[in-house]
Amino acid sequence: MPRRTDVHRILVIGSGPIVIGQACEFDYSGTQACTVLRREGYHVSLVNPNPATIMTDPEFADATYLEPLTPESMLAVIERERPDAILPTMGGQTGLNVAVELAESGELDRLGVRLIGASLEAIHRAEDRSGFHRSMVGAGLPVPRSGTARTVEEATRVAASIGYPVIVRPSFMLGGGGSGFATEPASLAELAARSLAASPATEVLVEESLAGWKEFELEVMRDGADNAVVICSIENVDPMGVHTGDSITVAPQQTLTDREYQDMRDAALACIRAIGVETGGSNIQFAVNPQDGRRVLIEMNPRVSRSSALASKATGFPIAKVAALLAVGYRLDEIANDITGKTPAAFEPTLDYVVVKVPRFAFEKFPETDPALTSTMKSVGEVMAIGRTFKEALGKAWRSLERSGYDLGPVAGGSAEPVLSSLAVPAERRLHLVEAALAAGHSVDEIAGASGIDPWFVDQIGQVVEETLALHGRALGSISDVELREAKRVGLSDARIASLTGSTELGVRRRRDELAVAPVFKTVDTCAGEFPAVTPYHYSTYEEEDEVRPASRPRVVILGAGPNRIGQGIEFDYACVHAAYALRDAGFEAVMVNSNPETVSTDYDTSDRLYFEPVSAEDVLAVCRTERPLGVIVQLGGQTPLKLAHVLDAEGFTVLGTRPEAIDLAEDRGKFAALCAELGIPAPPHGEARDLGEARAVAARIGYPVVVRPSYVLGGRAMEIVYGEDELERFVRTAAEASPDHPVLIDRFLEGAIEVDVDAVADGADVFVGAVMEHIEEAGVHSGDSSCAIPPPTLSDEELDEVERITAVLARRLQVLGLMNLQLAVKDERIWVLEANPRASRTVPFVSKVTGVPLAKAATMVLVGRTLAELTAEGLIPSDRAHYRRLPYTSVKAAVLPFGRFPGADTVLGPEMRSTGEVMGVDREPGTALAKALVASGAALPRNGTVFVSVSNRDKRAILFPAKRLADMGFRLLATKGTAGVLRRAGIDVTKVDKVSEGTPSVIDMIEEGRVDLVINTPFGRGPRTDGYHIRTAAWQAGIPCVTTLPGVLAAIRGIEALRDGPTEPRSLQEYHELARAPSPVQGVLDLRADAEVATT
Amino acid sequence: MPVGPAALLALEDGTVFRGRGFGATGEAFGEAVFNTAMSGYQEVLTDPSYAGQVVAMTSPHQGNYGTNRDDAESARVRVAGFAVREASRRTSSWRSERTLGEELADAGVVGIEGIDTRRLTLRLREAGSMRCGVSTEDLDPQSLVRRTRGTPGMEGADLARTVTVAEPYEAGSLVGPSARARVPAARVAAYDFGLKRNILRLLAAAGCEVTVFPAGTPATRILADGFDGVFLSNGPGDPAATTYGVAAATGLLGKVPVFGICLGHQLLGLALDGRTYKMKFGHRGANQPVRDLVTGRVEVTRG
Repeated sequence: MPRRTDVHRILVIGSGPIVIGQACEFDYSGTQACTVLRREGYHVSLVNPNPATIMTDPEFADATYLEPLTPESMLAVIERERPDAILPTMGGQTGLNVAVELAESGELDRLGVRLIGASLEAIHRAEDRSGFHRSMVGAGLPVPRSGTARTVEEATRVAASIGYPVIVRPSFMLGGGGSGFATEPASLAELAARSLAASPATEVLVEESLAGWKEFELEVMRDGADNAVVICSIENVDPMGVHTGDSITVAPQQTLTDREYQDMRDAALACIRAIGVETGGSNIQFAVNPQDGRRVLIEMNPRVSRSSALASKATGFPIAKVAALLAVGYRLDEIANDITGKTPAAFEPTLDYVVVKVPRFAFEKFPETDPALTSTMKSVGEVMAIGRTFKEALGKAWRSLERSGYDLGPVAGGSAEPVLSSLAVPAERRLHLVEAALAAGHSVDEIAGASGIDPWFVDQIGQVVEETLALHGRALGSISDVELREAKRVGLSDARIASLTGSTELGVRRRRDELAVAPVFKTVDTCAGEFPAVTPYHYSTYEEEDEVRPASRPRVVILGAGPNRIGQGIEFDYACVHAAYALRDAGFEAVMVNSNPETVSTDYDTSDRLYFEPVSAEDVLAVCRTERPLGVIVQLGGQTPLKLAHVLDAEGFTVLGTRPEAIDLAEDRGKFAALCAELGIPAPPHGEARDLGEARAVAARIGYPVVVRPSYVLGGRAMEIVYGEDELERFVRTAAEASPDHPVLIDRFLEGAIEVDVDAVADGADVFVGAVMEHIEEAGVHSGDSSCAIPPPTLSDEELDEVERITAVLARRLQVLGLMNLQLAVKDERIWVLEANPRASRTVPFVSKVTGVPLAKAATMVLVGRTLAELTAEGLIPSDRAHYRRLPYTSVKAAVLPFGRFPGADTVLGPEMRSTGEVMGVDREPGTALAKALVASGAALPRNGTVFVSVSNRDKRAILFPAKRLADMGFRLLATKGTAGVLRRAGIDVTKVDKVSEGTPSVIDMIEEGRVDLVINTPFGRGPRTDGYHIRTAAWQAGIPCVTTLPGVLAAIRGIEALRDGPTEPRSLQEYHELARAPSPVQGVLDLRADAEVATT
Repeated sequence: MPVGPAALLALEDGTVFRGRGFGATGEAFGEAVFNTAMSGYQEVLTDPSYAGQVVAMTSPHQGNYGTNRDDAESARVRVAGFAVREASRRTSSWRSERTLGEELADAGVVGIEGIDTRRLTLRLREAGSMRCGVSTEDLDPQSLVRRTRGTPGMEGADLARTVTVAEPYEAGSLVGPSARARVPAARVAAYDFGLKRNILRLLAAAGCEVTVFPAGTPATRILADGFDGVFLSNGPGDPAATTYGVAAATGLLGKVPVFGICLGHQLLGLALDGRTYKMKFGHRGANQPVRDLVTGRVEVTRG
């Protein structure tokens, strides 16, 4: 069947910002889809407001819109682009939801646009719970037994027919209140009574409990001729009850017999047919009772998913690319498998290795929340590892996580805690508890019983534990080659072997060298070796035969960023991918090393050679020894590869770019302060303290307010702003606890300063500034959590000149080669340097997208020896060094925060970064750009309604003007006593409401009842007991936007004004870049500072 | 962490793999082949088509779910030897009765684990099928290679005779009654050249009443019983050496509908004056797509 000819123009929907549950796997799938559809000759339009994605680079679509994924803005794009079809299955749940809304509104029919890949009916059948249930029962597929009841007697009857244990849930209630488990009739009666009382409809759902069942997923593809294949089976190590995104998972499945697996396969194919997914991939989830093998189908996703990205990386079968081809009419047997070049996509991949995925959590950022793993996903990233055995893959996965002490194998000495009872509540450390329990002598069956983890997996870990016990306390020199090889074959890291033998990682590496114990590299080929692979996609393993083929061109190794986490995410992958493209173009072989399955960098198509490996010293060195590269790029993947600069240098590999010593100079705050003094660059006064007395003295010397932080931590961990001596004690103690062996760092806090970010490329002589970004929130909010704008709205040309001069001076002094990010503050007509990072930053993709200048590519070319002068002459970077200052449009970046996943977390923005992703808004009208960014970030700004205002004493004067503007626009204002008094005295109409502590109905009640549309709350202090904390968390739970900084308030007002003015016509990024090349007058300035000044005069 | 005795696997081209023995100790010689199925080792072990072969599984973990009486494809383990990356010491399945090692030990079949099975697979893919020896007794690589070279190969080997049944029997006694027991869709005679039980199950599910006959049964005997159709089964060995099978097929063709799977299909080809030759290496696994040229539909099959 040839490709469809009734479709010429296709709109692809992206997934928007990185949030928990929806990360860069959708950049991977969208990028594949756009690429392959354009290659097939289609005109591709794309909507995705996430600037950090590869897919939104201008060369991946014909027209790229960084617009919010709302039906209104989508419709504006559709009216303009007039596609024949929309591909809704590449953008996660977000993309699917917005496509459904558009289709249901009838607008798509009106405009003659159809959905390809999945029809509206199929999406409904898969997503609607009762419809799904009916479809599955109709197809003869077992689903969990359930029934509804309106009385306790009825509930008892239903439970008896289902069989205990059961879950009881009140109907029509969100949030899980009043639900619970019952194991016998008495507890059921009690639970049902409570649950019926909680239900607004006096109805409960009684469902069979699947707790402790095994969970499996199958990735299925179907073409338009009804051919269907299974691409990958995935088994969850965690039992049912832990969200699959938070589960440790294994591919292929390990514990089903062939007969059971084939039955499950048949059920999956029956499911995709019953739902009616015409073409493309679906993810189908099953639960299996380990006692009797009963299997039920629990869920299906009719789209590309997180699991399908994992399955693609695990098998080498590019699901998204094939799904896009199927959507335009190809059949599975017509699409060639890129990896073998011989077999068609109708071959089901077969694996001769084991893949393990482990999630990465960030609970330390949200200390107020419960770290138990539940059916709500909480992990912020994941790693994948490939090994020849489960043990080997698990060991590699643990070290990919970069959690010190988390390497495979129990820590010597064992654990005193009652591990079996701890295992009953699944938590991040659960497999380490399994290790501890085994080391303490518990049996495999005891542990499997306590944890619900299949005994096969427990026994595999048991083999690791036996190996570590055999090595513990031995002298490294006494360990033979056979023993050392066996230790490596069960997945123990050099670091773990070092801790077991009282040695060092370097010592173990040297011992391995002496004994010639080294890994080989094997190939991911989709066919278990049956056919030769043409794509060099490798993993390391302690086996006999190495399959890496000699290269024809010089190699450059790019080290990726490892798992996504807060502070290091997709932005760094973006830079790595660009480096790979640039190196290929320049005639090198780009060699990628990374462990993150969600990324574009780990697509075998991105680089010339892909090593799916932990970005840790031992694994990276093994790749370098095999590849013998010209050099290694460590500056693009964030802190993870940067940390490896020294060891690479010491082992004789060339680190391309800034020297490791210069990196140290910039990273060490003491040395850096001295450097600034030497160069005559203002930096905030700085001091270090080892106890509270010293801290008091330092603070007194440099003056309050001060920033207190521990040494050697990242992402603003445990960092606080302290306004007086009374607060100092508590924060110094917290900081000292976060990094006990090092001094607490104390800096003067520049209150009310404008914060500025700079991304630049230097070649040792010359410096190119990509852009200066001006933050909207004042200094003190972590740069990753604050919004920022290009062009910088309020900085004068003189100030920008000075910022650029400081950038150049520092770049030269540090001998920066490649990228550098600088953070500065402007206050009292002075410019202060806060931080210099000689590496790629989070903002590189934003700057590149806004200015059209490919910063990461330029940096890569510099790393392989080109000069900025040459790149300017070639037109890669503009000769006008002020290019970013007078762009005829405004771009605003806004952060996306995950508080919804962490009930109880305080939502105040501060020095500790907590955002997971970002969006941008771009428009010729600055207020509209801002509004778009806010809307895209999920802040549902009200056009009218009620605003609750409660600000700290510091902000009381400054809130007058914004409050008046809101009142003038017709908003009803509510305020607590203090704020209300201030507003009234200024003649602003306001209604006083009670604080929580003052009585009912309090403001909390009003928020919960949906009587407030916007909350403005600038905090007087943080912590779980303040009124402000209760107000903010209530707002988040009610889904009401809550602004916690004054500039944020001004921004929100500009956004609301723009929304009330109505939509502007969207433009594509390609059009904006055209405008940038032929500048026209700026339409206005996003001058919130002016707004603030009006406010205080 | 294999704990069995030291073991060697040698190929006739001189490649040697060092591992640990599991299952029975001793020696086995046969043709080395690989199978890419990710599950189904018990079916492979008991499939008579593997008689005379040392089977390497490409999937590294084998034995995870143990073995049970229901999943066997024939009455006993048929492979000559079994080579895996890791044999599971612990089984996990509500149907598990024995470990893989116990199954092999009871059958007296030598297994080797801990070897780089991917290296072995690539060797067979590049050089083609080879004779092979596995031993826990002869640990001298040169000696084992030499003795491997001294064993007969698969070409010209008539192995169906070694795995067939002695007497005819009703399939229902083995796999239960047909789906249409009262009024069968068809009465089928099945030649057992190394028959897999799953084929009998599928025929029963399709409503057929099946009688199984020994490989050497003359066509006249089948024709005399008035069956609606005849099935020629899968099985081991060189089809050209299975002369009695070709003779039976020749005698049946044109008189009664005949179909065959695997060896049975090859015998039909020979009976129709075709010729068979040995492929460089066999495609054994569970992922082979086959397109029906009439409907265009693709089915994924097991090879």
